[in-house]
Amino acid sequence: MESPLTTQEIAELIRANAERTFSTMLGLPLSSGPERTEPAMATNDGGVIALVGFAGEWSGSGAIRCSSNLACTISSQMLMADYPSVNDEVLDVIGEIANMIIGNFKDDAAYKLGPLGLSIPTVIYGRNFQARNANGLSWTVVPFDCQGELFEVKISIVRSRPMRGVFQPVDVTVEALDRT
Amino acid sequence: MALDVLIVDDSAAIRKILLRVLAQTELAMGEVHEASDGVEALKMLETRAVGLVLSDINMPNMDGLQLLISIRARPEWSGIPVIMITTEGSQEKVMQAVQMGAQGYVRKPFTAEQIKDKISSCLVVEAK
Repeated sequence: MESPLTTQEIAELIRANAERTFSTMLGLPLSSGPERTEPAMATNDGGVIALVGFAGEWSGSGAIRCSSNLACTISSQMLMADYPSVNDEVLDVIGEIANMIIGNFKDDAAYKLGPLGLSIPTVIYGRNFQARNANGLSWTVVPFDCQGELFEVKISIVRSRPMRGVFQPVDVTVEALDRT
Repeated sequence: MALDVLIVDDSAAIRKILLRVLAQTELAMGEVHEASDGVEALKMLETRAVGLVLSDINMPNMDGLQLLISIRARPEWSGIPVIMITTEGSQEKVMQAVQMGAQGYVRKPFTAEQIKDKISSCLVVEAK
C-alpha cells in the first residue's frame, strides 16, 4: 500500500530534521537539493552509511550517507577533536546523527503514520556495496551540500504486514557489488 | 556536597558530549560514571552513590524506560533524579517517562544550554 505521505512531504520532513540536527549538534550549514526516488543505494567511493529501521502500522528504513571525509568532519565538529580517518568513534557519531534525523522524522511523520518504534542504528563503512529493501521498495532521497561534500538522507515507507499480532519490519539487505 | 552523575547511552559520542556539558556546569560535580545500557547502569548504581542519572531510551539489553522502572522500584534509589535524553520525542513516550518518574526529558538533537537548564531545574526541585 502506498505511503500516506507524498514524496514531497517526506522530503520536507527530511530537510527540516537534517538541518536542525546539523545546526544544533554540529554548527554546520546544510543546503538541500531537489528530492528524487531511487530503487537502491550503491556506493563505490568508500562512503559511510547508517541505517535505522522503524516499525508500527507502517514500517520502513531511514539512512544517511556521506563520504569518509565528511564523516570525519562531522565527528570533529561534534566531539571537538581531530579525526583524520574513519574509526569507531566516527562510525558511532554517524550512527547517532542518523538516529537523530530519522528518529525525529518518524515522530514528525506520526500524524500520518501513527506511532512507530525505532531500531538501533547500523553503520556500514567500506567500498562497493549496495543496500536495498528486501521487498524492492524505493527510497525518497534528499541530497545536501555540506562544505562542498555530498550528504544524503533516504527514507522508504510501506504498510506493515501483520504477523501474529505484531507488525513485521522491513528488511534491508546490504551486499557487496561486483568489483570486476 | 559533590554530586556523582551517571550517564547512560549506547553511543560513546553522546556520552562524551554530555561529559563536556557537565564539566561546563556550575554544579559541584563529583565523579561522572558512564554505562552503555540499562543493565550496566544498574550494576553501577549498586556500587556507587549516584545523585543524578542522564539516560537515553533506545538502548540494547535494557532500554531507558526499563532502567527508570528498576530505579523507581528500589527505595534507596527512588529519590535519584532521572533525566531522559533521547530521540524519542513522541507525546506517548514523554508521558510514559514522566508517569514512570522521570524528572526531565530532553529531545536529541540538544544544545548544551538545554541540558544545563534541565539539570538545574531538576536539582532545584529535588532540593525543595
